[in-house]
Amino acid sequence: MKRRLFLKSAMASSAVATAVGAGLLTPKIIFAASDSFKATSDATVSAASAAAKGTFKFKAPKIAENGAVVPVSVDATNLNDVTNISFLVQTNNTPLAGSFNFAGALGFVSTRIKMGKTSPVTAVVTSGGSVSAITSEIKVTVGGCGG
Amino acid sequence: MKKITITMAIAAMLSSTVALSAQQSSAVQADIDAYQAYFLDRFSNVSLQGFSKGPYAMSDDKMMQFEAVMEMPPFEDLLEKGGELWEKPFANGNTFSSCFEEEPFLIRAAYPRWNAAKGKVDTLEQALVDCLVSNGEKKWGTGKGKHAWVAAHLTTLGEGTFINVIVPEGDEAALAAYNDGKRFYYAKRGQLNLSCANCHVGGAGMRARGNTLSPGLGQTTHFPVWRGKWAKSKGDGFGTIQRRYGGCNKQVRAKPFKRHKSQYDNLEFFHTAMSNGMEITGTEYRE
Amino acid sequence: MGKIKLKPKAKKGVIKVKALVKHPMETGLRKDKKGNPIPANHIDHLTITHNGNKVVDADIGAAVSKDPYFQFQVPGAKGDEITLAYKDNNGGTGSATAKSK
Repeated sequence: MKRRLFLKSAMASSAVATAVGAGLLTPKIIFAASDSFKATSDATVSAASAAAKGTFKFKAPKIAENGAVVPVSVDATNLNDVTNISFLVQTNNTPLAGSFNFAGALGFVSTRIKMGKTSPVTAVVTSGGSVSAITSEIKVTVGGCGG
Repeated sequence: MKKITITMAIAAMLSSTVALSAQQSSAVQADIDAYQAYFLDRFSNVSLQGFSKGPYAMSDDKMMQFEAVMEMPPFEDLLEKGGELWEKPFANGNTFSSCFEEEPFLIRAAYPRWNAAKGKVDTLEQALVDCLVSNGEKKWGTGKGKHAWVAAHLTTLGEGTFINVIVPEGDEAALAAYNDGKRFYYAKRGQLNLSCANCHVGGAGMRARGNTLSPGLGQTTHFPVWRGKWAKSKGDGFGTIQRRYGGCNKQVRAKPFKRHKSQYDNLEFFHTAMSNGMEITGTEYRE
Repeated sequence: MGKIKLKPKAKKGVIKVKALVKHPMETGLRKDKKGNPIPANHIDHLTITHNGNKVVDADIGAAVSKDPYFQFQVPGAKGDEITLAYKDNNGGTGSATAKSK
């Protein structure tokens, strides 16, 4: 496909910029969330919408101190046979922030995500073949006198 | 490890000439007692040492985020660099430690302090610059960068040592400097017409737009500090207390003073004395 | 692309793997000062291996923070070898190995 070839050869950012200026590339394409990642994201979103309410522990702040570094963690060690833990930031273009597959490691993951604005964030856990989820809203504010 | 450190610190303080010959001014002690009682009373679920966590002690939600970042602090590499710079010999063969009479782990808690001979307040950050100059090295910029890394290294070494700023009883000049700092702290300034006390005493724990105001008690236990905000645009995130004074003054739309002149030195003198009895916590992350 | 700090620590049969990977994690949605888009440059795949066995296989998106931090838990003991390996969307790779303390 012409677009993909162009992306592969566009090494310098200026080439990309020229392409944007010429209307050849839209922001979505520059973002280049690979097709397979987008597919995983879509699949995770559907699975989450049909999921049962999770009984695992999902730790997330209510008000993010710094939208660039929002700590989120899932401890699903109370569940048997955890094969996947995923995080969805619902207001993002591609909601999936990360999809962690486990084969031997415990059902636990802790990481930090970026959030541009307040959004519900969903932790999705696949254990023993079934999917459960917990959604928490994380508020992202503008800093005041300390900011 | 910590217990040994504290015992050694007490032993060192007892043996230092300052502690033996200088009694704390009773007026200053009364101020300290009143300041600390106000906070302990208002936030009765926070211990004295708990105040070192500032806004995080006021909110479980914020504390969780603080602990998450501190699991793997983003400033570890820079702190190591600060340690390397501290040890690195100057062109003339001396090192920083040759400028200080204290053991490195006692240096942080020994400052700020009244220098009777010079008639001014000595701060740790100024002492680092003086050390460079007296050893024929180029001056470093203060407030951030290398200067802050070395100061942060000393703060981290000093974890567990006690803040004990003494305004010697009977020393008029020292009391004047202390009172100058106290006046600064309580004076309204800037277009927003706010004093340090308005936010950090009266407004402690309350919100200013999206931020929680930290209590004045305990603020000097963890400087230099690594701020997410200072790391965001440019800069590596580290800043000294006088860098923060400048930032706070700018935030109330007042013109900031130049670092390491009498205004901020005296302010640091007063401000640190208010936390007497608290332990240095080492460098930490702040928003 | 960047340095990896890997700290596995074993306690009571579980190794807590804490890792920090230096990486800009550019989403491709930001613009520079001149208004030009900064191209996407982020980790997209990450694995954790324990004594040679792959125990975590992750697809990472651009919404993960800059210089990302991860913590995993792997059944194991002191002395076990943990390896973190990643790949980014530009084909860049990195890896680090550490023995559990």
